[in-house]
Amino acid sequence: MLRILQFLYSLRSFLLFVLLEVLAIGLIVSNNSPQGAAFFNSSNALTGSVFKTRSDIVDFFSLAEANEALLSENAGLLQHLKTINAIPDSATIQLDSAFEAQFNFKGARIISNSLRFAQNHLTLNKGSKDGVKTGMGVFNEQGVIGRVKSVSENYAVAISLLNTEMSLSSKIKANDSFGTAKWDGKDATKTKLLYVPRHVTASPGDTIVTTGYSAVFPEGILVGIIESVDQSEDPNYLDVVVNLSVDFSKAHYVYLVENTRLDELDSLNKQSELENEF
Amino acid sequence: MNFKKLITYIFLVICLCLVQILLLKNLALFGVAFCFIYLLVILSFPISMRSFPLILISFGLGLLVDVFYDTLGLHAAAATFLAFLRPYWLKAIRPNGGYDDSNNPTLPDMGIGWYISYSLPLVFAFSLLFFIADQWGTGGLFGVLNKSLFSSIFTVIMAIIVQLLFFKRRRGI
Repeated sequence: MLRILQFLYSLRSFLLFVLLEVLAIGLIVSNNSPQGAAFFNSSNALTGSVFKTRSDIVDFFSLAEANEALLSENAGLLQHLKTINAIPDSATIQLDSAFEAQFNFKGARIISNSLRFAQNHLTLNKGSKDGVKTGMGVFNEQGVIGRVKSVSENYAVAISLLNTEMSLSSKIKANDSFGTAKWDGKDATKTKLLYVPRHVTASPGDTIVTTGYSAVFPEGILVGIIESVDQSEDPNYLDVVVNLSVDFSKAHYVYLVENTRLDELDSLNKQSELENEF
Repeated sequence: MNFKKLITYIFLVICLCLVQILLLKNLALFGVAFCFIYLLVILSFPISMRSFPLILISFGLGLLVDVFYDTLGLHAAAATFLAFLRPYWLKAIRPNGGYDDSNNPTLPDMGIGWYISYSLPLVFAFSLLFFIADQWGTGGLFGVLNKSLFSSIFTVIMAIIVQLLFFKRRRGI
């Protein structure tokens, strides 16, 4: 018995190594599920405040650009408002309940961002205190950015579109044929549109937008522009490369969108035994 | 390890981790060369340090960086691996006369030739494990090797620059 203990004692550093490796791999695996609630990430108070201080300083230097982007978006919205708020001339009609606001919007700021890994995340400066919930969509005036993964009181972590775990239901605007946008982990300016059947006519320059099927994003938010279309090795589908419309290295201010009927949709899907893949 | 030395190591950990988290997080030269400067802490612990505390400290350090990188477990796994290899590699590249007791495995103490042959393979092993785990199931082997090679070269160059600038011979670290 003593010899066994002595033997184990002489191997103690190796055993510790194995134990810690297993622990680390366990953490990697459990943390990689895109929906998983994780405690040890940059949404906790300490890491959040470190990143917030840094972004307070760094963002100061890009205020001019941010202002310009906001200005151009405001101009677009004003124009839009004009067409909606036409002066009533003869009669008003009560709108159907189907046109009730289904989406709520909120603003936030990115305080930490990564784009060089295969699994990239963003940290936002709004948390459960401000009404941010898991599963909300994140986008800015240029296009789709990601989806909220976990929320703490003051901060939230979102998985970026530049994450091999994230898939986004999207369609070609010209002919409404849909596919799944999924990043391949290589270039931070490009993504791929998967599952586009062969018979679809897609050509470089076509616009890719969200479908609205996924219940995370409303329909028609820009994703990118097709760069090239090739015949892939899979005989059923096309190989479509999309240039992302968002410059992830310069994204600072974002909007969060919440589908107010997500719970209802979820329970309906569950009733009919569908898996909602977002 | 006396008290003054302990303070210098703690100071080194704080400085390098801050640089790693705040400045180097999104830095990648040509998209392939990453810099893991916090490994300099693990590399410059005394030669006589036992591997048990070394592995524990490395795991903690990796976990700390992980929390800020949102890559829970990746840095921890790779840094633990590096700490596990370090004593064996130190034994393998021992100079003829053995190590001087008062020497640390740092550039000012050991010279540039020895230092590169000491740090480059260890950092390469770290990067290899890191990128294999990061790109699991996505990138091919070529991408992993490419990133690991250039990251380890870049990290070692940065480590040498930091030591030339801030480390003094025979005074603490």
